[in-house]
Amino acid sequence: MAETAVIAGFQGTFPHGIHPDDRKSLAANTPIEVLPAPKTVLLPVLQHLGAPSNALTRPNQEVVIGEQVASAVGFISAGVHASVNGIARRPVHVTLPNGRRVPAIPITAGAEQHSAEQIHADFIGGEWPTVDMPAFAAQEIVDAVLGGGIVGLGGAAFPTHVKLTRQPNKTIDAVLVNGCECEPYLTSDYRLMIEAPRAIVAGGLLAAKAVDARFVVIAVEDNKPKAIAALREACAGTNVVVKALRTKYPMGGEKQTVRAVLGRTVPTLGLPLDVGVVVVNVGTAHAVARIVLRGKPLTHRVISVTGHGVKTPRNLIVPIGSSYRSLLDFCGGLRPEAARVLSGGPMMGFTVADHDTPVTKGTSGVTVLTRRDVSHSAETACLRCGRCAHVCPLNLVPTRIAMAARKGNWDVARRYHIQACMECGCCTYACPASIPLVQLIRVGKARLPQQGSGSGKQ
Amino acid sequence: MNGSQETANAITNDAAPALRVAPAPHVYDTRLTTRRMMLDVLLALAPVVGMSLYNFGWRAVLVMAVTTASCLVVEEAGALLQRRPSSLGDLSAAVTGLILGLSLPASCPWWVAMIAGVVAIGIGKLAFGGLGQNLFNPAMVGRAFAMISFSKFLGAPAYRIAEVGGIVSQATPLTLARDAAAEIPALWPMFLGTVNGSIGETSVLACLLGGLYLCARRTASWEIPSGVLGTLALLAGLTRLLVTDASIAAVPALRLSVLEHLTSGALVFGAFFIATDPVTNPISRKGMLVFGAGVGFFVWLLRSFSGYPEGVMFAVLLMNALAPLINRWTVPTPVGGPVPERR
Repeated sequence: MAETAVIAGFQGTFPHGIHPDDRKSLAANTPIEVLPAPKTVLLPVLQHLGAPSNALTRPNQEVVIGEQVASAVGFISAGVHASVNGIARRPVHVTLPNGRRVPAIPITAGAEQHSAEQIHADFIGGEWPTVDMPAFAAQEIVDAVLGGGIVGLGGAAFPTHVKLTRQPNKTIDAVLVNGCECEPYLTSDYRLMIEAPRAIVAGGLLAAKAVDARFVVIAVEDNKPKAIAALREACAGTNVVVKALRTKYPMGGEKQTVRAVLGRTVPTLGLPLDVGVVVVNVGTAHAVARIVLRGKPLTHRVISVTGHGVKTPRNLIVPIGSSYRSLLDFCGGLRPEAARVLSGGPMMGFTVADHDTPVTKGTSGVTVLTRRDVSHSAETACLRCGRCAHVCPLNLVPTRIAMAARKGNWDVARRYHIQACMECGCCTYACPASIPLVQLIRVGKARLPQQGSGSGKQ
Repeated sequence: MNGSQETANAITNDAAPALRVAPAPHVYDTRLTTRRMMLDVLLALAPVVGMSLYNFGWRAVLVMAVTTASCLVVEEAGALLQRRPSSLGDLSAAVTGLILGLSLPASCPWWVAMIAGVVAIGIGKLAFGGLGQNLFNPAMVGRAFAMISFSKFLGAPAYRIAEVGGIVSQATPLTLARDAAAEIPALWPMFLGTVNGSIGETSVLACLLGGLYLCARRTASWEIPSGVLGTLALLAGLTRLLVTDASIAAVPALRLSVLEHLTSGALVFGAFFIATDPVTNPISRKGMLVFGAGVGFFVWLLRSFSGYPEGVMFAVLLMNALAPLINRWTVPTPVGGPVPERR
């Protein structure tokens, strides 16, 4: 069934995009290991899109792994849970790689921690029911996901219970489980698909139950045949379908995945919800299965530590709140030629300036690039070759928007639809003149005056 | 500044790598740079240059050397005057110089070639603000200036050098086409390039070889040559269907067949090497097709009805002027529709 199922509108790809060297072989064949609990973890109260959560712990309160230490505030928010046994300290402030400065709860790890085997078994091992899933009510699933602090693990960290809550005037017919992992280098989703495919299938089914979707599709790029095979085997007996998509960046962008799998176009500034689709990352599906079936909140996640700048690339189950330094040290540290440490992959990842900042729920990988990787020729004038426009997955004209943004020419920037840009970075990657196009657009979007207020308020 | 930072690091801790921060993306497609695009054009011109040596010998070398040298000198002088770093390394001036040389007749005096080169870079490019800013193809600006100022050396008669003999002593195919009594050369010699013409334009085969390489490398966009050649073929075909003996008697060039149009003059050279200059054509694929079609249309119009036998140069310059307008008309709609008002 899984191999042959026909999906109305299936296209397998989307127009434009780029084909960067994927460099996944660095860590692709390294099984997932457990990072031992570090001496302290630092848990930011804002690791998601939405309102910051509210710290619940008193200074020097004893906490156990999985205990909630901050609660969601409002609908679009998510709670935070202790990722180690230990003692919560007075909250401090920390600047995350994305530039947000937020309060964070430090927890000093106690002597008594779960063993690596225990964490591994609990995270990956054991039985994940797919065919014989207990009957859950939709609200039960949403409540569990909210209680577990689950957010999108693909990078954007949008609170998952919001996606899974039925909306009065929107019908959802499809759940897409996104296993594209189109960022170069990253292999955390890949390893999870190979090592815990049944958990992903179970999570997809639970999400579909929550939103009352008719079908579930797991979408994987066709450069991951082993993951596709493992998932297809795990789907046996269910109505979940695995679809291979053409390998291309940014296939994992949810608008691109929806287009490739269902042929539906998400409106500009809209959400997949607007075309009847809920998209969850494979890691998120795993986290949903874990909270609903095993009652385990989001305390750990898989992070690949990779790149030619780190000694031993690895895929790790990491307690959330561990420092980047603890991950890098566990992987043998940096090589002398390391030049940039990234939270995420090279196309959209943020540079980590301070290695003592914590990894968060949205950290999909740590990529260490070398001087050679990041070197490029000096910027020249725009040749108007149009390559940026020819690779833009949203069919924009990046050079026009970027030049308008550079000069503060907001009318032109608007005429070329600056707000529609999703900042995937294809334009900068492809530009022969090495113009920092997406960087200029990003700044332009932030500086863009409100419509009607004129452009005098700079 | 970076150097001192690195030294400081080295003093405090030999093992610590110098880490930097920067916004995403962190990797680039290094296979394609401005310089590499220009180098591609120079490589693609190799068969064309080879054919020009076969046809015109040392005269071709002289013209190409003079135009290239004068373009490089003016580019460097511009950099010095404007106090900016030398831009010879991006090879764009070399490309302009070589294309300009290839577009002139072999008999062109060295000083005319030199003035054409000076105007090409000086007025065609630097006056607009340098690389990427010019509205018109610089090589064609230089050529148009020379053609209008020194028509004696660039007009149809200049192409015949009687004392050399061989193909160089014959009239060019498009000049012959305007004379109702003259025979148009056979297709095969025109395809191979053993006919008279500008230095680089005679061999369709050589231009196709280089042009297809450029398209395969995506240095040139296939939309433009397709638009040029397709439109001209279409118009020439329609003309042949509709034309009467009386109109041929009045306008002899109307008798050119589709294949004669496609193999004669600077058409294929212009379609692949001149019209594809990225700076002076539109950005979107749709815009490029419109641009190419416009060039094809004007070539047909000028060849058929103007006072000149060939129209590629003016066709490209005319469409260059329209490129900004085409860009305005062909702003692509984002996937998912325009940005909604107020959100």
